[in-house]
Amino acid sequence: MLTRENTVNLVLALLLLAAPLAANALGQPFYVTLATRIAILALAALGLNLALGLGGLVSFGHAAFFGIGGYAAGILSSHALSYEPMIFGLPGTVQMPVIWIVAVIAAGLVALAIGAISLRTSGVYFIMITLAFAQMVYYFAISWPAYGGEDGLSILVRNQFPGLNTMKPLSFFLVCYVVLLAGIGLFALIRASRFGAALQAARQNETRVATVGIHPYRIRLTGFVISAMITALAGALYADLNRFVSPSMLSWHMSGELIVLIILGGTGRLFGPLAGAALYVAFEFALGGLTERWQFFLGLILLGVVLFARGGLLGLLAGKAKHG
Amino acid sequence: MVEPVLQIDNLVKAFGALRATDGVSLDLRPGEIHALIGPNGAGKSTLIHQICGTVRQDSGTIRFAGEDIGALSTAERAQKGLGRTFQVSSLAPEFSALRNVMLAVQAKQGSSFGFFKPVMQDSSLVDPAMAILERVGLADRARLPAAELSHGERRQLEIAMALALQSKAFLLDEPMAGMGPEGSKKLTGFLDALRREAPILLVEHDMDAVFALADRISVLVYGKVIATGTVDEIRSNPTVRTAYLGDHA
Amino acid sequence: MTLALALEQLLNGIQLGVMLFLMAAGLTLIFGVMGLINLAHGSLYMVGAFACAAVAAWTGSFWLGLIASLACAAAAGAIVELAVIRRLYDRDHLDQVLATFALILIFSEGTRWLFGDFPLYLDIPALLQGVVTLPGDATYPVYRLAIIAVGALIALGLYLLIGKTRLGMRIRAGESDREMIGALGVDIRTLYTLVFALGSALAGLAGALVGALQSVQVGMGEPVLILAFVVIVIGGIGSIKGALYGALLVGVTDTLGRFLLPQLLALFVDPSQAGMIGGAMASMLIYVVMAVILAVKPRGLFPPAHA
Repeated sequence: MLTRENTVNLVLALLLLAAPLAANALGQPFYVTLATRIAILALAALGLNLALGLGGLVSFGHAAFFGIGGYAAGILSSHALSYEPMIFGLPGTVQMPVIWIVAVIAAGLVALAIGAISLRTSGVYFIMITLAFAQMVYYFAISWPAYGGEDGLSILVRNQFPGLNTMKPLSFFLVCYVVLLAGIGLFALIRASRFGAALQAARQNETRVATVGIHPYRIRLTGFVISAMITALAGALYADLNRFVSPSMLSWHMSGELIVLIILGGTGRLFGPLAGAALYVAFEFALGGLTERWQFFLGLILLGVVLFARGGLLGLLAGKAKHG
Repeated sequence: MVEPVLQIDNLVKAFGALRATDGVSLDLRPGEIHALIGPNGAGKSTLIHQICGTVRQDSGTIRFAGEDIGALSTAERAQKGLGRTFQVSSLAPEFSALRNVMLAVQAKQGSSFGFFKPVMQDSSLVDPAMAILERVGLADRARLPAAELSHGERRQLEIAMALALQSKAFLLDEPMAGMGPEGSKKLTGFLDALRREAPILLVEHDMDAVFALADRISVLVYGKVIATGTVDEIRSNPTVRTAYLGDHA
Repeated sequence: MTLALALEQLLNGIQLGVMLFLMAAGLTLIFGVMGLINLAHGSLYMVGAFACAAVAAWTGSFWLGLIASLACAAAAGAIVELAVIRRLYDRDHLDQVLATFALILIFSEGTRWLFGDFPLYLDIPALLQGVVTLPGDATYPVYRLAIIAVGALIALGLYLLIGKTRLGMRIRAGESDREMIGALGVDIRTLYTLVFALGSALAGLAGALVGALQSVQVGMGEPVLILAFVVIVIGGIGSIKGALYGALLVGVTDTLGRFLLPQLLALFVDPSQAGMIGGAMASMLIYVVMAVILAVKPRGLFPPAHA
């Protein structure tokens, strides 16, 4: 069905594909990298959007999962390049698909632990506790020197994807783009599913969900874990994009930015994270070119959006969100 | 005597010095409407909360379908077949009426962990939900968000959700509240038929409805049941008349 | 390990706890009265530190700087409340988080604009320089003891303010019943601005006091803010008493953990390993404590009755 929102979504998806293709043809790899950044940040925010937009779980700690994904890429590849086995004598790897699986499982387990405790609370407690746990992971990364501590860990050669030369910006972009589209597809499926119905209902009315016999806690915990896994996958890609991972990926600033991306785009909407990430990277690029202090203006814009334009970019372009 | 569906024994719940529920015992038998009446602040809502599990009792037992449910969570009690409506309508406001009922159908089927099949294309959810909406007279409002339904329609939707759970007993907390005379009459007729499906514990202020519907009435005052009996027994009970019915009789 | 060293670490822990209390008291008061989660509280801490450092450098007097820190932080708080925060009371927590996150960006970059990228330094005032001798012949800086004393005074002051004064009565009424306080004819908008400015002043004071121990720089408020969150989550959000106990618990646990864990581990593994693992474990310790407390009491140690 080609509603106005679907049209806007389609245009966004095509633009994100067309721009780097054109830039590549014109010999402007920088813009390909910019588009890759958009795709990866959109995927990270998409993950968070599952918890925040559908489940109403305002996690201020998703940087933890983003960073865990990043460190999975960094650690696995550093072991592969140095031929030093990891714990249990397992070898490292430079194969992205393997790295992704490790990133997703590792983040899922951490999210299970963090969620199990945090979801016993709600509202402002939940916000602060997720923030605090993410901070715990952050300080751990800083004070654990084995993988670079505060200085971070370089990925000397970008990890590989079977059949592609990922060192070519456009190839790596295409990998990220396809993963993003798959992520969006998964989000759409989950949103329309039984689980999605329960998750959204738990946001709207927790008591009601319990009264029909569904455990809100189990639903939310599952949603939180899936959400963390998607964000971790984005983190692994982000580390490969920068060929570097450091505690800054785990910082609370990152958690805040992920929320900002969702709000800039439009909360709970399928393409909100993509619209938000595109807008964010565009601000960063345009304002960053004008002034070193671009975050000052980002702050002003964000404040304006929160106070006066709650629907975000998609709210402006596609009208009010519809719920079936 | 038939085994009661729901049996409450000597239930106590205190908030500080206030004993909101003070040794309440009552039961709900198959096929009956058992009305629970009492002045505001008598502890009716607290009692309902304890039966549903949203408030935990200090002492006493709650048996449902032959099983002690006093330590179970709200969700577990609902799964056992305890269907409840709320004093203030409690729905998923953004969802359509249909999707609200579908949520209950899905819960009844016991499978909320499907991730890939769109619910709107799942006829095992849509069809039963639609049939129930038909039954409560909301079929033509099925696609409207719950938040846009009228007060009376939201009440009907609550009942539809309880029906979808195929409950073994209904706990209806003031279903008539805020309904016009027309709506009350329709709902009275509906509840009258509903008791054949499962017994109803009915908390209600509308005395006309209570007297028209109830097989038995319990009167709750200051957290205690001061009388239980048929409509006639309660009407003529002198304690009840002074304690509560005085202004009605 | 000597007794003197342990005592010194314990005092350091209490001093950190006192700082955290100044931050946490404002946060928890603002949440308790207005229902607002304020991420920009750390920015007000930074404003206090910068105001103190700038005025002290300009006038040569730490004490004038301290007054400036209180005044600037309170003024900044009041302005922010009037311009932004009061539009957020009716909004959900997500909006509050975002808007106050935006405020952090504005404050941080704005401060960089005014003062540049380099940290400022603030000297301990002459009156409070020097050390005192502790039992066991160790010495301890007078200034840190003074901070502990200030914290104790503020805690007492808040206790009296909230327990014994008309303003405190209004604050308590606001906590328990927002409708009622309106009905009492109290101008609730002014009350909210006052409470916000008070919380801001406490944060600014904390920033100024700590500024003499560390460098004064952009971003200094954020680690403290997050620790203060841990404090109020442990103590129970909205409870001043909880903030006090939570702050001392976090301050002492964190400080002693960093001191003791490596030593403890050194009994089992070789010292360099112990330092590394112990350091990493110590940095996570307070979060583990928080998790354990929440697992037992999800609403903190002293949850406010109405919540």
